[in-house]
Amino acid sequence: MQALGQNLAYGILVGALYGLVALGLSLIFGVTKFLNVAHGELLMLGGYVSFWAFSLLGIDPFLSIPITIVVLLLLGALLYVLVFSRTIKLPEETKIKNTLLVAFGLSIILQNLALRFFTADERGISASYLRTAFTVLDVRLPIGRLANLVVAVFFLIALQIFLRKTYTGKAIRATVQNWEAASLMGIDIHKVYILSFAIGAALAGVAGTLVAVNYSIMPSMGLNWTLKALIVMVLGGLGNIPGTLIGGLILGVTESATSFFINSNYREIAGLVLFLLVLIFRPQGLMGTKEA
Amino acid sequence: MNKKLIISVILLVVVICILAIIPVVIKQDSTINLVILVLLYMSIASSWNILGGYTGQTNLGHAAFFGIGSLTTRLLWIQGLPFALSFVLGGIMAVALALLIGVPAFKLRGVYFAIGTLALAQILNLTVGNVLPEMSYNPAISDYQLMPRYYLFLALTIVTIGSAYFLVNSKWGMGMMAVKEGEDAAESLGISALKHKLLALSVSAFFAGLVGGAFAYYHVSYYLNMPFSPEWTFDPMMMAYIGGMGTIIGPIIGSIFFVGLKQLLVWNVGEYHLIIFGTLFILIVLFLPGGLVEAWKKIQKLLATRFRRGKKQAAFIT
Repeated sequence: MQALGQNLAYGILVGALYGLVALGLSLIFGVTKFLNVAHGELLMLGGYVSFWAFSLLGIDPFLSIPITIVVLLLLGALLYVLVFSRTIKLPEETKIKNTLLVAFGLSIILQNLALRFFTADERGISASYLRTAFTVLDVRLPIGRLANLVVAVFFLIALQIFLRKTYTGKAIRATVQNWEAASLMGIDIHKVYILSFAIGAALAGVAGTLVAVNYSIMPSMGLNWTLKALIVMVLGGLGNIPGTLIGGLILGVTESATSFFINSNYREIAGLVLFLLVLIFRPQGLMGTKEA
Repeated sequence: MNKKLIISVILLVVVICILAIIPVVIKQDSTINLVILVLLYMSIASSWNILGGYTGQTNLGHAAFFGIGSLTTRLLWIQGLPFALSFVLGGIMAVALALLIGVPAFKLRGVYFAIGTLALAQILNLTVGNVLPEMSYNPAISDYQLMPRYYLFLALTIVTIGSAYFLVNSKWGMGMMAVKEGEDAAESLGISALKHKLLALSVSAFFAGLVGGAFAYYHVSYYLNMPFSPEWTFDPMMMAYIGGMGTIIGPIIGSIFFVGLKQLLVWNVGEYHLIIFGTLFILIVLFLPGGLVEAWKKIQKLLATRFRRGKKQAAFIT
């Protein structure tokens, strides 16, 4: 019973990270209808920013999050201007497909650049305090994992406040609802797109920091995390921002349940099977409505 | 037109003859291996092209068919079954997988089909890695010969490209292209989109499975889940795109280009050819959807108009 509780707790804490991983992807998809499958590579780069800040400058991984955000904001804006902005005039279906392909090309480029400059070594951030753990009802909760939940919830709420309360955020939501009408009301669609893409990339970077703390990072990690983000996005409903946290928790608990009842080698397969089932039977997401 | 046909047939025969005598004339193993690599990519990219290029269904799970073919052939062959039989069974297993997943997968339209097939190939990749994690060795290593492998790949490439050619020029091929242009429009003309997509998927999977079988025959030792890894989808897909999607010659050009670039940059550290190839792929998706074939046609047209104009001007002056 205690083992099961431990497993469930881990599932939830990992799930929060998964939610954060998908948050940027979901924001970008919701606003721009770009399917950026290079999301995992952006995450990888974010992880490396924190890793180098930690190993070269001795900056604590959580304090390096602002640096990661700035670097990835700029990179996201650059990628938007250079590559993704070329697709915005296409009809939606073609746009999704072409951005998917373009992002695949991009992920190959980023992955091989990282391989060239960072080598194929597996790296991670290990600060001693990260391993200290609280024990609640016999369940161990290490600080590194708890941070997942705290950071994920923080950024989810921050994003919600930004989208609901600020003028720019409202412009973004207006664009989601109807970009033509928004553009007629004087909203600069280009600015909305570039901002959303940059924020989405920055969120991937933050997730990368947490991955570097809790797991390890290497140039080839991208696809795996992109798949996780896609699974979570589909579970939570496409472009549904609060849904991503719930989707992340579902994936996290599914994985930990698979580890507990079957074998930890099969936890990723369980997530992918769940993904396929949802795609086939409920493509609007578990929580999504038909119209959304 | 007839003259053009005769010229292309002669050209084709010459190319095949050259390819057939390469291992006899050039005895270097490294050269033969290089040509085998080109042939392997040509056939797998052409098989991807049947569904991805001609039918418009972006299959990101092609590695699943390549993998299942190589797995079946390898296991049966190592167990002692004659190679020819295991080879054919590998292709048949790939078709079986295609038919099994085809109906549910084609419920997913457009981009959902793409990410669905990607997930499916990853499921198989991870499962095979879990169930059969050990390296597969060829027990009959002492009498390994490169020649039969070379001719197997050559024959397979010719058959794959030939079948693709005859399929897309048949009534079924027209139907496939109609589905690509617009599923609803095709349906309204009485063309069953599902039937055509399933046919394209099965043919595409069959040849991918056979190429997988040839891969299993060719490689001395490899991890059994290696042929399931996503690069066996992405590399052929990029080759088809760069050469020219939905053309017979496109994947051929793309694969020669890919291996050539790789060879050219092999002396540098890191996978530079993939960086260049990725960049080119992005440029082609964004600006030149017809790939190098379209670029060539455009250049030809440009030269022709220039030439004609030049002639006209010359005539005007005299």
